Amino acid sequence: MTYQLNGATIEHDEEGYLTDISVWSNDLAEIIAKDENIDMTPEHWEVVNFLREYYDEYQIAPAIRVLVKALKKKYGPEKASNKYLYELFPYGPAKQACKIAGLPKPTGCV
Amino acid sequence: MSMDEQTIDTEVVKKFLYVNRKAPYGTIYALESLEVVLISAAFDQDVSLAFLDDGVYQLVDGQDTKAIGMKNFSPTYRALGDYEITKLFVEKESLDERGLTEDDLMEIMYEDEDDDWAEKPSIRIVSRTEMAAVMADQDVVLSF
Repeated sequence: MTYQLNGATIEHDEEGYLTDISVWSNDLAEIIAKDENIDMTPEHWEVVNFLREYYDEYQIAPAIRVLVKALKKKYGPEKASNKYLYELFPYGPAKQACKIAGLPKPTGCV
Repeated sequence: MSMDEQTIDTEVVKKFLYVNRKAPYGTIYALESLEVVLISAAFDQDVSLAFLDDGVYQLVDGQDTKAIGMKNFSPTYRALGDYEITKLFVEKESLDERGLTEDDLMEIMYEDEDDDWAEKPSIRIVSRTEMAAVMADQDVVLSF
């Protein structure tokens, strides 16, 4: 249950979420994304960075509808729909994007 | 219950009040309550929170949990507005009894999407009598 990053071993739980969220880095995000079969594009980074900012401010990962609403405000309506997010993160935006962002598994969330 | 009431009952928005009476750390009640509130927000009900007794400490500004090795989850109350939870009733007598005032509490705002989109405070200080009326007005009261 580990990711390998530049020779360092980083622990994760059985679903791939980081055990210690403070060890997160951009490079580690790329490795987690690869594990999820996602190639990180600038659009992916927008969502991941947004989640990290939200977590930093409120200590939770936002529910999907809260994420959609907030993304709409920040990046405009074309980048804020369930469809758009599912295209970026096919196995559930909250779940996959949170994992890549190094956040804990969202409570009661897809 | 008549047939008509039963039909309407499945779609009607109910008033839920989550009553918080315990200090934020030391027991799991405060955090559990907050998590239930966040999950329940997905069901489009009319949700209010009440803080009384030691529960008022949950909203005190500037919490620092380093020394007890627990996560400071107090910033999460400021996210409630995003979840359309905009009514946080705080009992004045409970504040008074603990030497606290409204100024000791966090500033918790919400954006009024139904009116003028202005930022408005979510915390409403109410008397014990008013709190009793708030409780009496609910369909469901859950105590933590």
